Amino acid sequence: MDQLLQHCLNALMLGGTYALLGIGLTLIFGIMKVVNFTHGELYAFGAYMMYMLVMLTGVNFFVALGLAIILGVLLGALLEFVLLSRLRGADIDTTMLVMIGAWIALQNAEQLAWTGVAVNIRNPFPAAPLVMGPVSVAWNRVFVFAIALALIFATYRLINHTKLGRAMRATFQDRDTAALMGVQINRIHTATFALGSGLAAAAGALLGPVFVAYPSMGDLAAAKAFAVVILGGLGSIPGATAGGFILAFVEELGAGYISSGYRDAMGFVLIIVILLFRPTGLFARRERIG
Amino acid sequence: MKFHGLWSILAATFFAAPAMAQDTIKIGVTQPLTGAFAASGNYVADGAKIAEAAVNAAGGVLGRKIQLIIEDNKSNPTETVATAEKLIAKDKVPVMIGAWSSTLTLAVMPKLMEYEVPMVVETSSSGKITTSGNPYIFRISPTSEMEAKAFAGMVKKFGIKKADFLATNNDFGLGASQEFSQMLKGQGVQVGTIETMDPKATDFSAQLAKIKASGGDTLFVTTAVEQATLILRQAKEQQVKARIITTGGSVSPDQLIAQAGEAANGSYHLVFFTPWFPEAVKNPDIAKKFVAEWNARKYNAGGLTEGFRGWDAVHTVVEAIKLAGKAEPKAITDALWKVHVKGINGDIAFIKQGPAGKESAQNVPSVYVVRIDNGKVVKN
Repeated sequence: MDQLLQHCLNALMLGGTYALLGIGLTLIFGIMKVVNFTHGELYAFGAYMMYMLVMLTGVNFFVALGLAIILGVLLGALLEFVLLSRLRGADIDTTMLVMIGAWIALQNAEQLAWTGVAVNIRNPFPAAPLVMGPVSVAWNRVFVFAIALALIFATYRLINHTKLGRAMRATFQDRDTAALMGVQINRIHTATFALGSGLAAAAGALLGPVFVAYPSMGDLAAAKAFAVVILGGLGSIPGATAGGFILAFVEELGAGYISSGYRDAMGFVLIIVILLFRPTGLFARRERIG
Repeated sequence: MKFHGLWSILAATFFAAPAMAQDTIKIGVTQPLTGAFAASGNYVADGAKIAEAAVNAAGGVLGRKIQLIIEDNKSNPTETVATAEKLIAKDKVPVMIGAWSSTLTLAVMPKLMEYEVPMVVETSSSGKITTSGNPYIFRISPTSEMEAKAFAGMVKKFGIKKADFLATNNDFGLGASQEFSQMLKGQGVQVGTIETMDPKATDFSAQLAKIKASGGDTLFVTTAVEQATLILRQAKEQQVKARIITTGGSVSPDQLIAQAGEAANGSYHLVFFTPWFPEAVKNPDIAKKFVAEWNARKYNAGGLTEGFRGWDAVHTVVEAIKLAGKAEPKAITDALWKVHVKGINGDIAFIKQGPAGKESAQNVPSVYVVRIDNGKVVKN
């Protein structure tokens, strides 16, 4: 019983971070239809910005968190402006190849800048865990969970209840009509990619201090993000959120009661099963494109 | 003037390059310089470069200087095969050193058979490497079985009654948990749960909750230093009370202290070099010289427990070339069987392992256990 409670608590914490990784990608992959291989690198970038700000320049942890997210947004905007803005209307294969190239270049740049040795990022939370009867959880994980939920909620509001959000949805449903209606579609492309990238950097900035930062840290994060997005249905923020929690619970309980060797396979088996019955994912209604 | 310049470039390209190649003896090195094992691979390469400089400063071998050609295998088995192909076919190296991880070493082994080029294995500990019948393998690092055997004498002292395992899900981790659990069972110790994890995973909450429920007094952890750091931290978060012992010799205690902080206290580590007390090793003069040079080059002190592998591997190769009298694969393979080298880990010499007629070579290295106490590494 204690073990089950601990597994559920762990899954809840993990689910928050998977959901955060998923919503950033669902904007870019789901709404923009760009297969974004740089998502994991933006995650690593967020973590390394925290390292630079907190450990090398001594900025306050919470200020650094805000700055890291802003820098992630700027890097995302730069990537979109330099690489993707030239590829509007190019087929999905071309865009995919460019993004694979950007992924490799970014990861090697990270290694060049920070070396391959993993780095630790100090956090201001107490080292002793929060103990609740038989179960316990680290304070920094509780903080990550709370911020993740806040960011997910803010993104949901932005997409569904603001003018910018409506312009984003309109642009990627039908860019010509949106342009005719006076939407600045080039700016919307850049803004959407920057927002998705900022969320990836936020996930990295939050999780870097929980784990350690190293150049290839983004690879597994990106794999999880793609799983979450496909599970929840492309372009759906509630879907990505639910997908994140489902993936976390399946992994955690599967590893706890079936076999930890197949922990990472469990999530993908689940995806296959769900796609068999609901080919658009759990929450998306429309037909998938691309 | 213009033509003169052009001619010198041509001359340099066509005549000088082959002349250079004859001057040096090339040694191929394949290490993970990028990817998941980048930290360790770079340390081994750094150690090898210190050895290269030391050998050349002492006049080289057979009157020629040695030249390391270090290729990055990107922590990836396919890339490792590609580096071996490049080193052997293009650079024509007569001998290789590599490839850090057991999985990478196993991947490259068929290439050694194909080209009949020997390789000194400096790190990998999976038993399969020396028992699969590859006569071009010369391993200087201990197998998991040797580590387990070395640890057997300490089981009583530690008072282990029930042990759990957490290992990375590859040749290295699975091999080690098998050897250690067998050894412990032989001593009457109860073996609880054996958990595995993806080599890239960063969250071990599920495994640790299960290990906590199993309730052993000791947890054996087999993985690289990055995951070990996170396991120590997360074990503390989940209040796992078991004593943690890491195996494999690649979990740098200095790096753990720097990155896991308090959570590293009270953990034990199997290492193959103890740079904190170089006077305690078998050949203290060599160890002290190596540590001094490492520090003079301002390399990370946490890398010494990996870096020494590069030094020992290069000296083993150089000794073999000296005995062979020529830099050719066949002669070096034969000579490697006869080497007696004073290394940092101890005296290096090879015994036969694996199926008769096509045995691999295995060194019997020293294994030490150290403990982290209040942020300091102490002798156990």
